[in-house]
Amino acid sequence: MLTQSSNRLNNLLVPILSIILGFIFGALLMLVFGYNPILAYQAMLTGVFTSPYFFGEALRQATVLTFTGLGFAIAFKAGFFNIGIAGQVLVGWVSAIWVALAFPDLPRIVLVSLSLLAGVVAGSIWAGIAGALRAYFGTNEVIVTIMLNYTALHVTNYLIRNVLGTGNTTERVGENASLRLDWLTSLTAGSRLNLGFFIAIIVVVLYWIFMTQTTAGFEVRAVGLNPYASSYAGMSAAKNIILSMVISGALAGLGGAIHGLGTFGNIFTQSGLPHVGFNGIAVALLGLGNPIGIFFSSILFGVLDVGAGFLPNRAGVPDEMASIVIAAIIFFVGANYLIRFFLDKVQTNKQATEGGE
Amino acid sequence: MTEANKVIEMKGITKQFGNFKANDNIHLDLNKGEIHALLGENGAGKSTLMNILSGLLEPTEGEIWVNGDKVNISSPDVANQLGIGMVHQHFMLVDKFTVTENIILGKEKHRFGFMDQASAEEDVKKLSDQYGLRVDPKARISDISVGMQQRAEILKTLYRGADILIFDEPTGVLTPQEIDELMDIMNALVKEGKSIILITHKLDEIKKVADRCTVIRRGKSIDTVDVASTSQQELADMMVGRSVSFKVDKKPANPQGPVLEIKKLTVKEARGYDAVKAIDLEVKAGEVLGIAGVDGNGQSELIQAITGLTKVDSGTITLDGKDITNKKPRKITETGLGHIPEDRQRYGLVLQMKLEENMSLQTYYQKPFSNHGFLNHKEIKEHAKRLIEEFDVRTPSEEHTASSLSGGNQQKAIIAREIYRDPILLIAAQPTRGLDVGAIEYIHKRLIEQRDNGKGVILMSYELDEIMNVSDRIAVMYDGNIIAVVNADETNEKELGLLMAGVSLEKAHEEVAETKGKEKDTIANTK
Repeated sequence: MLTQSSNRLNNLLVPILSIILGFIFGALLMLVFGYNPILAYQAMLTGVFTSPYFFGEALRQATVLTFTGLGFAIAFKAGFFNIGIAGQVLVGWVSAIWVALAFPDLPRIVLVSLSLLAGVVAGSIWAGIAGALRAYFGTNEVIVTIMLNYTALHVTNYLIRNVLGTGNTTERVGENASLRLDWLTSLTAGSRLNLGFFIAIIVVVLYWIFMTQTTAGFEVRAVGLNPYASSYAGMSAAKNIILSMVISGALAGLGGAIHGLGTFGNIFTQSGLPHVGFNGIAVALLGLGNPIGIFFSSILFGVLDVGAGFLPNRAGVPDEMASIVIAAIIFFVGANYLIRFFLDKVQTNKQATEGGE
Repeated sequence: MTEANKVIEMKGITKQFGNFKANDNIHLDLNKGEIHALLGENGAGKSTLMNILSGLLEPTEGEIWVNGDKVNISSPDVANQLGIGMVHQHFMLVDKFTVTENIILGKEKHRFGFMDQASAEEDVKKLSDQYGLRVDPKARISDISVGMQQRAEILKTLYRGADILIFDEPTGVLTPQEIDELMDIMNALVKEGKSIILITHKLDEIKKVADRCTVIRRGKSIDTVDVASTSQQELADMMVGRSVSFKVDKKPANPQGPVLEIKKLTVKEARGYDAVKAIDLEVKAGEVLGIAGVDGNGQSELIQAITGLTKVDSGTITLDGKDITNKKPRKITETGLGHIPEDRQRYGLVLQMKLEENMSLQTYYQKPFSNHGFLNHKEIKEHAKRLIEEFDVRTPSEEHTASSLSGGNQQKAIIAREIYRDPILLIAAQPTRGLDVGAIEYIHKRLIEQRDNGKGVILMSYELDEIMNVSDRIAVMYDGNIIAVVNADETNEKELGLLMAGVSLEKAHEEVAETKGKEKDTIANTK
């Protein structure tokens, strides 16, 4: 029986060890291929942390990842694997741009709110479809959300080409729909870091309040951990399935809207599903479903993502190396059983030697 | 006794988890050819000790000697090689495989890479004849009785060459007849030179088969006694550490009007068969209605239907004058039902959640535990503390997860939660399964208390003793029907046993009278 505090410590140790092991794995791989890992990591870190611009860009990337990570996490808590985050990001993105382009003359506060709301609604409907199908017909949400991902991709591209824009891109949204904050832009030397970052922090807090302080969050957790006991206790499985999927999609859709209005200011045809969707899954897993953990994981991923750009020039290392490090970290998180096993061994060994003394 | 006769010696075994000593300097020795009972309360450390012996855990301190040699049982494989085999409480069998396939699993015989089914079946047959373990080598596990499944489980360990068998609570799932059969099997095994460690709570079983008994309490070995010269009362007192009463103290029931009325109730089980067949049943306020029967005769489905966890196919259920047929569980709970579920870990608790959260599992949405959708953690904690205190749930704190509690304390937590809500009808399904006499005594007292407060209680149990001790009336279920409802003080174990096997009440009466007559005859003859 592990004591409660050492359990908590282990919960923190797993992601941290995963990150360290991920970096070590990347370093070994670089050595094998004749690159200098120290130079590479130095290039990434100094590149991001010594330049306000790139640091701002890393935080901007982290903003979107926070939303997709939280979105994945809430469905996961309720026992579902929402692999459709990417599709939900996309519908949120296109809906927000659509509203922003349709009512360019509304006052800024109204238009920004409406556009973000459009993203939220679109994302929640998109995920809600999978939730309702699961709740009432028992269909597998993984398959449904994968199919919905491709539906989202092609519907979005169709809308861009035929309804919203001409060709492969839409017009840029007006000033009244932009999330740009002038002081933040100048503070970060012209980076695209925007209001979305603060919305993300608020949502992290709201997420924590929802999960730990509300009866609805209590139900979501209970249903996810033990659906049998939850139905025994009178909770409705169907209601909680749909609710958690809708919130999951809402968060992803909001992330998409912020990505659209904050990062790009428009939407263009996509050849594949947005990576921020899938990386959200990784962020949620690394953060172990904890909102604060997800926030910091997002920042790490943002730094790696932006830092990757410095690898070719400053260290002569292909920038894919950063993706390999990310992949390795995810692998070690996924293999957390292995890490826990290792930690348990270390602890029992320690106890054994202490006992022997 | 000489050292050579000892097949196992565990000396000064200590197992520490964090700050908690599950085993504290325990001594146990097993003689060749004896049945040695290991007796202790839930959480006393029996499982830990046996897990150490079977190689699943390594002791923090202490030595294990097998057949006079000091050994290091570092894995279940090593235990196997030393001839130590475990007959698990929850059978480790593959349902879809045949008896033979299960027995040889992992030790398959093969010729040129092909399974040699025929010779394996031959081997199983030989083994089963040798020890009198009746099994059908070709039958699928899913098609045979629980008793036969257990015999297959025993054969599995014998097939692997076990000379030392550990039986972990082997009688929990058996009918009285099957239990007698198992006792015979254990005696036969010992005659063939095997040695047995029997883990159990049941004192009558120890008295029946065991030679010696080691009692452990809170991780320490209290004593090893000779069973023949020790009474059940002494054993129980030793285990619990205080004087225990077996007889449930109860006043005569004072039944009032009905709280639960079931009319023509039919319930289908998952595969679409009728599990409950148009039954009528009534529970009055102020009585305990026992539901007896062998596992799988519709009792679970009946309870699931009353509690709203399964759909009712036809018929009506009325609780406290209100129709609750096919209502949602929450609605039924609010109408006044308390339910101690049969599968406590699956239905009764969310194991990974804190104990305090589990204590408000059905009431979290009501005041004072929440207000406008926001939880009031302070009230939830206070409530949990109250229940822990009043019902003596042993846990380091209410913030520990439910999974960190021992089985008996998990059950106490559920019972605390259910009784505290003061339901009009309390359904207790197998409430004392796997618990020790101390906990059983306590739970029975609480059920009777509930009855004496004018509430209705349904007690579903496979243990006849429990049913007869606690109930006022007993409904016996067989094949989805209620075959008879009898008064507890007008029946006996024999009659119930026959009813449970599907014999009609009249026939059962006759047969009981007949054997009584015969007994008298034999007594007369011997005189």
